Amino acid sequence: MTRRIFIVNAALATVLTMGVASAQEVLINAAGATFPYPMYSKWFDEYHKKTNAQINYASIGSGGGIAQVTAGTVDFGASDGPMTDEQIKAFQDKRGMAILHFPTVLGAVVPTYNIPGVAGSLNFTGEALAGIYLGKITKWNDPELTKANPGVKLPGSNIVVVHRSDGSGTTYIWTDYLSKISKEWETRVGKATSVKWPVGLGGKGNEGVSGSVQQTANSIGYVELIYAIQNKMTYGKVKNAAGDFIQASLAGVTAAAAGATMPDDFRVSITNAPGKTAYPISSFTWLLIPAKIADPAKKKAITGFLSWMLTDGQKMTAALSYAPLPNAVVTKEMKAIAKIQ
Amino acid sequence: MHRLRSGDDIAYVITLTCALTILALTALLVFELYKNSAVPRHQFGWSFLVTSTWDPVTGEFGALPFIYGTVVTSGLALFLGIPLGVGAAIFLAELAPAKISNALTFLIELLAAVPSVIFGLLGIFVLVPALIALEPVIRGVLGWTPLFSGPFYGVSMLSAGVVLSVMIIPFIISISREVIRAVPTEQREGALALGATKWETTWDVVIPFARTGIMGSIFLALARSLGETMAVTMVIGNDPAIHASLFAPGYSIAAVIANEFAEATGDLYLGSLIELGLVLFGLTIIINGLARVLVLSTTKKGAS
Amino acid sequence: MLSLRRKAVNAVMLSLTGVCTFVAVGTLLFILGYLFVHGGSSLTVDFFTKLPTPVGEPGGGMANAIVGSAKLLLIATCIGVPIGFLGGVYLAEFGGSAFSFVVRYTTDLLNGVPSIVIGIFAYTLIVLPQGHFSTLSGGLALGVMMIPIAIRSSEDFLRAVPVSLREGAMALGASKAKTIFTVVIPAAKAGLITGIMLNVARVAGETAPLIFTAFGNRFWSRGWEQPTASLPVMIWTYAISPYKDWKQQAWSAGFVLLMLVLTINVTARMILSKRGHAAR
Repeated sequence: MTRRIFIVNAALATVLTMGVASAQEVLINAAGATFPYPMYSKWFDEYHKKTNAQINYASIGSGGGIAQVTAGTVDFGASDGPMTDEQIKAFQDKRGMAILHFPTVLGAVVPTYNIPGVAGSLNFTGEALAGIYLGKITKWNDPELTKANPGVKLPGSNIVVVHRSDGSGTTYIWTDYLSKISKEWETRVGKATSVKWPVGLGGKGNEGVSGSVQQTANSIGYVELIYAIQNKMTYGKVKNAAGDFIQASLAGVTAAAAGATMPDDFRVSITNAPGKTAYPISSFTWLLIPAKIADPAKKKAITGFLSWMLTDGQKMTAALSYAPLPNAVVTKEMKAIAKIQ
Repeated sequence: MHRLRSGDDIAYVITLTCALTILALTALLVFELYKNSAVPRHQFGWSFLVTSTWDPVTGEFGALPFIYGTVVTSGLALFLGIPLGVGAAIFLAELAPAKISNALTFLIELLAAVPSVIFGLLGIFVLVPALIALEPVIRGVLGWTPLFSGPFYGVSMLSAGVVLSVMIIPFIISISREVIRAVPTEQREGALALGATKWETTWDVVIPFARTGIMGSIFLALARSLGETMAVTMVIGNDPAIHASLFAPGYSIAAVIANEFAEATGDLYLGSLIELGLVLFGLTIIINGLARVLVLSTTKKGAS
Repeated sequence: MLSLRRKAVNAVMLSLTGVCTFVAVGTLLFILGYLFVHGGSSLTVDFFTKLPTPVGEPGGGMANAIVGSAKLLLIATCIGVPIGFLGGVYLAEFGGSAFSFVVRYTTDLLNGVPSIVIGIFAYTLIVLPQGHFSTLSGGLALGVMMIPIAIRSSEDFLRAVPVSLREGAMALGASKAKTIFTVVIPAAKAGLITGIMLNVARVAGETAPLIFTAFGNRFWSRGWEQPTASLPVMIWTYAISPYKDWKQQAWSAGFVLLMLVLTINVTARMILSKRGHAAR
């Protein structure tokens, strides 16, 4: 009889405690950009080892980060494209407070391709990329491409264009660059996290695009640098504003950021930056943090993470092929953390 | 006596409540879909169903490319699945000895239990490369039709249609086999006595008798393929445009909802996706209704 | 005398039907074999015990996804089975004509609703008002999917119990309720249990309703109000990724999921056939 009571009580206790969160740990939910996902997953893992904060980040795309943080279903978001004025207003209207942008790292978007027989790094002019993605340049041996790549035998096959099917900050960076290069792109397609693509197949996430390019011959796609490196994909050089063909690198990205003046709200575009060594398709990426965080434990964890990210975190970026933030930006951000209430 | 009756009443009330819960849930589902798609419904009205633009940037949303992709891939699935399914059902019901028939049917029904994400996995890693390898053959035989023109990248409506057909075959086989077996022996014996071959008996006598049941199974398979999400989104290419060729990528209603729901900002975008869900729901109601009518009339005939 | 042509047509068509069957059965065997080779052969203990590692770091497993799926199925069963079962009892034992028809039609309708639409439903009903993703909302979505199947199979198995059993009980003075609960249900026990098993197996593989309800979680999900990882969603996320070790894990997870689902199915059917059931 007592044994039975004991078993029942033990079972009841187990079931009840399953429903109670452990007192020590704080779970924070975040979602957004796939561009910095390798960096963020490393950071959140390291931060978890240091503190009791579990930051659960779902890489659903920048569009998803903006949408979910606005809906309030996640504690903060992440995006490679800064929120537009309308999106900021929508957030304000819905949540009754401001949304703050915090740059985390710098990255590059590279054109990656899979052309059987072509192993090296091709040169792409901005016009070539715009033409390909507009559907006007359809073959690999188009003059725009061959003249930039003397000595490379480009096949006459059709170019398979791959783009993002989900709302993406990487798309934002790519289309922001193309809008600066091509008036036709700017008027016909524009820059956004999700656009109406004139041509191409859709892949989900940086992962989906790199996967598609890997599996499809004669394809071209745009992905964040780290994805191309980690998967040993071939990616091309892009012509910058100064006229040089630059291969994406930490140095090139840092050079692009050097020239920019950082506004107080941290929203700035550094594509097609001036500078001899600047890589033209570079960008900051941001965490989108609500100005007021009600739960004190979460607030402590998030503000703590931001300070850690700006100090220890920045030291880990190079290993994953992201460029750290310029010192001036770090100082400015440290001060801005105080804005979170 | 009084105690007995209230026991009955309690049982009646509780079970009735549960039955009513179904009605309530379904009504709530429809209501939620309807309510949350209010913005695009007011803005676009019925033209939503025939607009072929899907542009989140300018805020123009139309369901046509997705309706097209859904219908085409399901149509292809049926085109491939019906002959295979009915053929196998005939073999299992008429030709195979009972033990083998039961064993094989058991295996085929297991196919229905395979989760769709696994079909998606095999779709991207096995089927798509296989189709890419087979492309010259297909193009050689069928390339003269507009259905097989244009470049082929692997992910396409063709791949989606093939994956769907594999997924619906077990349903067609399982139900058709049952209805064929239920055809009275006298029908067969009569035909054979008149000198028909086994095939002629099956095709000209048995199948027509079982026709409505088989059609019911086809409609049920169709309903399943219309709503199939994961397997389709992994192999269809995710292109919201209408292309005539099966080699081209496409997009289905379920696939676009799965891909874009988490990131839809604004009531118009989100509402349009929900309205797509409502459209799909509507399509499913119609198909299920037809299936029900067919299967019911088969039951009335006593063939099942 | 049969013409040669008719004989030939006969032989050809009948062989073709054999080919069709071969294709259908062959597909299943191919799926099993392929998953075993790619997923089963590289399954390690780590898969079942470790949490996922950061992107690009090898090792790691899906322990949290396995537990997450179990929790989701637990909620789903607690919601779907009672409502479905009791609804089935109503239709089998108390059913009138018009109302029962409406209930059955609506059940079929709900059954036909695409799983992604159920996901939207759970999102608007629970996630938005609560303001966060949760195991609970995922479990509810799966539970709603279980209800129509549970009603249908419960009704079928209850109806299969011979009328004589019911009449015998009533002749002995038992009330309707007592008859149902002490005679009919125990008689249909095997079918009812297998029905539940098949139902669970079916929703165990569902991915779409979980993407915007349970969402996903890199860590252990505590309680019922936090987002949780689940096997099907992990398979999907990892499969479309470009990382070799993630893709490998997707195959392993696919294998584990498939084995789980098939084992439940096979067991259920074996129980049923032992009892020599007639209804399906």
